[in-house]
Formats: sequence, structure tokens, C-alpha cells
Amino acid sequence: MSFLSVQKISHTYFTKKMSKTALQDIQLEIEEGQFVSFLGPSGCGKSTLLSIIAGLLKPTNGEILLEGKTLVSGRDHVIGYMLQQDYLFPWKTIEENILLGLKILNRLTPDSKEKVTRLLKDIGLEGTESQYPRQLSGGMKQRAALVRTLAAEPKILMLDEPFSALDFQTKLKLEDLVWSTLKSFSKTAILVTHDIGEAIAMSDVIHLFGTNPGHIVKTVEVTKELRKLTPFNARNHRDYSALFQTVWKELESLEKIIPED
Amino acid sequence: MKKSSPKIEQSYNDYIKTLKKEKRLVLFYQLLIFIVFFSIWELLSRQEWIDPLIFSSPAKIVSLLFHKVQDGSIFSHAGFTIYETILGFVLGTLCGTLLAAFLWWFPMASRVLDPYLVILNAMPKVALGPILIVVLGPGFSSIIAMGAVISIIITTIVIYTSFRGVDPNYLKVLETFGASRYVCFKEAVLPASFPAIISTLKVNVGLSWVGVIVGEFLVSQQGLGYLIIYGFQVFNFTLVLMSLLIIAIIATIMYQLVDYLEKKIIKS
Repeated sequence: MSFLSVQKISHTYFTKKMSKTALQDIQLEIEEGQFVSFLGPSGCGKSTLLSIIAGLLKPTNGEILLEGKTLVSGRDHVIGYMLQQDYLFPWKTIEENILLGLKILNRLTPDSKEKVTRLLKDIGLEGTESQYPRQLSGGMKQRAALVRTLAAEPKILMLDEPFSALDFQTKLKLEDLVWSTLKSFSKTAILVTHDIGEAIAMSDVIHLFGTNPGHIVKTVEVTKELRKLTPFNARNHRDYSALFQTVWKELESLEKIIPED
Repeated sequence: MKKSSPKIEQSYNDYIKTLKKEKRLVLFYQLLIFIVFFSIWELLSRQEWIDPLIFSSPAKIVSLLFHKVQDGSIFSHAGFTIYETILGFVLGTLCGTLLAAFLWWFPMASRVLDPYLVILNAMPKVALGPILIVVLGPGFSSIIAMGAVISIIITTIVIYTSFRGVDPNYLKVLETFGASRYVCFKEAVLPASFPAIISTLKVNVGLSWVGVIVGEFLVSQQGLGYLIIYGFQVFNFTLVLMSLLIIAIIATIMYQLVDYLEKKIIKS
């Protein structure tokens, strides 16, 4: 039995005028400590799948099993979620922001608070506790958001294009930081992205998604050498370009099959 | 200004000087309008080119004000009206916000009540005056109710719109921590809407003055609105204009106070 198993998930959105199937028969397994990416063009339902796994959205069909148990809603809090932007609350200080999860979950103790403060220091934001988000740069804010997510000690981390709003240099640095932080806690993580390079550099397994309706086209395993390297070093490894070509061709062929509508 | 060349420093100083000059010029014209307006008024009234019985004159108004300040009666009238207005607009804003929270909490209720809110908002609230007086009695409570009723519906609509406009991703962040609807409201929806609440406060100050003055027209035995209606009845327009002047000054002060409060809250 794998750590997280997605079983025959289908999801259909309804609007007044039509119904649109966003996902069809998604079946996948994720092992503990694995870093998995969902890669695909926009509109392939990858973010929808993330919301379903996080328990924020109820799928039309299928179920999610975590350690063999059905995941009903986000209430048990085992899922951490990082969005495209930091979404730190501008009227709260950094400290109030990163302790928010623990406060809501009623797990705020001097012990847990100290742990989070240490995490903030490890991630290079020492001394920003009493500052407000607007005083921080984009990269710093996204790091603070990572601390907020990790503070609640989730079993799985969902990363919904968390680097897409950053400039390239910050993005590369943050990729390394997130990658090594997650590895050091041996967290299981799912990354949603449309950036092929990012998916290859960061993950162990990549699921390629196709559109109309969203489905998994192919699953690509990243080579052992690349897995061991940090994202930045992985980008310079010779396996990287080969894998990039493979994934690129796969996505290209997808576009040809699907007629534009 | 650290270590810049003398040339840049010179032009920077020039720039500051121009700014100051412009500011002085604006102030000068503002004072000029003030002086010219009251001088012409005084002149027209003395020469009896306008009827001094109806339009009075600045000198008469000031001397009446001086008299009323000396016997202290103006303070009780003004105090009474200020008290009613503050109570009216605090009550109006508070009830409006609570109503908006109710609508946010029960989306179904907001859909059901939508047309009624539109009708209530369109209706001129001062027309409710006679009904309020019959229900609450001719006095203090009717006037305050008037000051509150006039601003409740518009407050509800504006603040509810602001509640709805909060970025859903903030709520998503909270929901991933398993937050209840109450926590979402307390941690995200309400604080995100503070600027909107403060700005309705500004509008409500003005509205409550209208409500309270009309209320005093109808029922009161004291207050600035009463002075106006009394002055009208005994044909003492100096009294009417003096009351109007005091209302204008106090309303401006109140508006500025709320404006100051807004700047302080938004800044932090």
C-alpha cells in the first residue's frame, strides 16, 4: 500500500450553460518522501486535482486514500498548501502570519512556537518577525509562506505553481531552498507546474497531463543521478537535457492530437 | 539627501521653494474668497440691497453668536445635537456592518433579501420620520433612530460588497488549516474590509447630520435643528444662519476626525 493513492478520480464542473469534465479517471500512487510533479498545459485540470487531494474540493467520482484511509476533508489537517502568490495577510506581522496555522488548529504552545521561530531562522528570515509582509521582497514573502505551511507539520505539501510569480534568479534560489528544506524533513510533496525545467530539476516522478478532459498521458521517472542533485545543479547535469527533450517531444505530440476548439 | 553634488542640491532646494510658494498661493486665494464673500454679504445687507430681515448679515450673526456663547445656551444646543449625531452614526455603522456580516454568513438570505435592500436603499429614509415619532415617541430616541436609519442600508450594501470582494485565496489558505467559517470571517474577511468600513464611516457622518437635523425639525425642544425651525417660526433668520454656520463647522470637524482616524488605521 502506497502512502497516498488517488483512485479513479473524475471531476466535472457544472455551469448554467454546460458541464465540463476537468478530470477523467486519474489513477496514481505516491510514496512517502517522494517529490512528484504534475506537468501540463493550462486547463488540464492539474490544479483541480491538487484541490481535490487537499480536500478543498469534493470529486464527482473516486476517492483519495492516505496511508490506506479515505481522506474526507481538510479538517484533519495533513495537507499543506502553497499558492502562486504568498497570500500572507498584510495586516499581520510575519510572526502572526507564520503562527496562524497552529493558532487555528489550537496547537500553539511555547514549544511549537519555538520550533517555528527556528524554522524561520533556518530559512534565512531571522529578525523579520515583527515586520509586515509589505516590507519584504517577493522571494522573502514566498519563503515566509513556506514557513507558514510547514509550521502546521503537514504530511503532504501541495505546491501550486509557487515560483511562477517570481523573477528567474529568485525562482532558482527558492527552488533550491524549498527542495532542500523538504528533503531535510523528508516531506512528501506534489508540485503543479507548466515549467518543464522546474519539474525535471525538482521532482522524482513527473506525471504529464493532457487536456479535454484532463488525464495522465505519461509518467516519467527522473534518473537517480538527477534526483540526488539540488535543482540548480540538476539543471547543469547532462541527463537533464536528454530528459527535457523527451518531455518536450511528449508535450508537442499532445498538442498535435488535440484539435483546437 | 546624502552626498549629492551642489548643483543637484540647489535644484532640489528650488523645487522645495516652488512647492511652498504654490501652497501659499492656494491658501491666499482661499482666504480671499472667504473675506470677499463675507464683506460683500455685509455690504449688501447694510445698503439694504438684499433684505436684511431674510439674509441677515455676518456682523449680526457674530454678535448673536457672542451673546449665545455668553449666556451658554449655544453649548447645550450644540452638545445635544453632536451627541445625537455621534450616537446615530455609530449605531448606523454598527448595525449596517452586523447586517452585512449576516448576509455574508447566509448567502441564501442575501439572495432572498437583495430586492428589498434595493428598495429600502432607494426610499428616502427621512419620510419614515412620522412613523418613528409615533413608535418611539416625540423625543431623543426618535432623533437618534432617524440618524441611524438613514445610513444603515447603504452601509450594509457597501460593506457586504467589500466582504464579497475579499480574495478567495486568503480563505483558501485558512481552509487548508481547517478553519471554520467564523475563523475565516475573523481572520480574513473582516480585517480585509476595514478600509471599506472606515470609508463608510466618512459617508455616514454626513448622512447622520441630515437625519438628526430633520429629526429635530420634527420633534425637538432643543438642538441646532430646533434653533433653525424656531428661528424660522419667529422669523429670526439671524438665528437660522448662525445655527447653520455652527453645523457646518462641527460637521467639518467631525469629518476631519474620521479622516484622521482612517489615515491612522490604514497606515498600520
